[in-house]
Amino acid sequence: MSLPALPSLERSGIIRDAVAVAVATGAYGVSFGAVAVSSGLTVLQACALSLLVFTGASQFAFVGVIAAGGAPLSGAMTAILLGTRNGLYGLRLAPLLQWSGVRRVAAAQILIDESTAMSVNRDSVPAARLGFLTTGLAVFVLWNAATLAGALAGTAIGDPRTYGLDAAVGAAFLALLWPRLAVRRNQVVAVLAAATALGLVPFTAAGVPVLAAGGVALLAGLLTRPRTDP
Amino acid sequence: MWLAILVAALGCYALKLAGLSLPQRLLANPSVGRVADLIPVALLAALIAVQVWSSGHALTIDARAAGLAFAVVALLLRAPFLVVVIGAAVVAALIRLV
Repeated sequence: MSLPALPSLERSGIIRDAVAVAVATGAYGVSFGAVAVSSGLTVLQACALSLLVFTGASQFAFVGVIAAGGAPLSGAMTAILLGTRNGLYGLRLAPLLQWSGVRRVAAAQILIDESTAMSVNRDSVPAARLGFLTTGLAVFVLWNAATLAGALAGTAIGDPRTYGLDAAVGAAFLALLWPRLAVRRNQVVAVLAAATALGLVPFTAAGVPVLAAGGVALLAGLLTRPRTDP
Repeated sequence: MWLAILVAALGCYALKLAGLSLPQRLLANPSVGRVADLIPVALLAALIAVQVWSSGHALTIDARAAGLAFAVVALLLRAPFLVVVIGAAVVAALIRLV
């Protein structure tokens, strides 16, 4: 570690941002815990998802398929497909973080939306690493604590629909999707994917409509010509 | 269920590690880049649609749609993530109350 140290002001700024992001996602983790338990998972299973899978959208997708009566493995497939974006984040971040060996293996687990967002725009390796680590670890701790709290509360409060928690999931997915809708092609794909999924709901097992929508992305990506995409 | 949780965990972790480990020139392949960009868009859109407008095998419109409408307005107004999510829940809960 012969890299230059960061100025303390930049350092504390990065740490403050990381904590703020973690508190926000932690609050969201409470709803994950509650929704997971109401979908039929045990408290232990909800916590295992947060500890081991640790990527929020995939976890919500997993329990969403279970809640709709789908097979657990098709929930897992949806979760993995949605997790492909973390792989893309990794490709973008690797030259910035410059980790290898054990450090890379450990860092991979906290490679998520938030840790990427807080490191991808840094202008030095130490700043990128600090942003990645502080955000990733802070989110990891709070997300898991929040999942446990939400799962325990979920068993106590009864039907989460009374509190609109099922509507919160759709809203959270929309908030994740929103920044990507600035591009016209993405808007078209989003509408086609939603229509495909809804069209399949009456005829297929739960989980299949969302997986089929992944096929829309595959077709659109392979068949369209690159134009002026950013 | 536990098997599915393990599969999801291993799959998601493998994707994260692969991203950090694979050669950068993969990103230069335009098809890979496009598909990787579009998959989250398509899946999130499909998840929203299924989450909000279906119950089992039936298509439905209920309080969840109002929650989503709130989320759209909140996002247009650049509200923070938590306001969007909690607001949608509150709207849906209030509608079910009346």
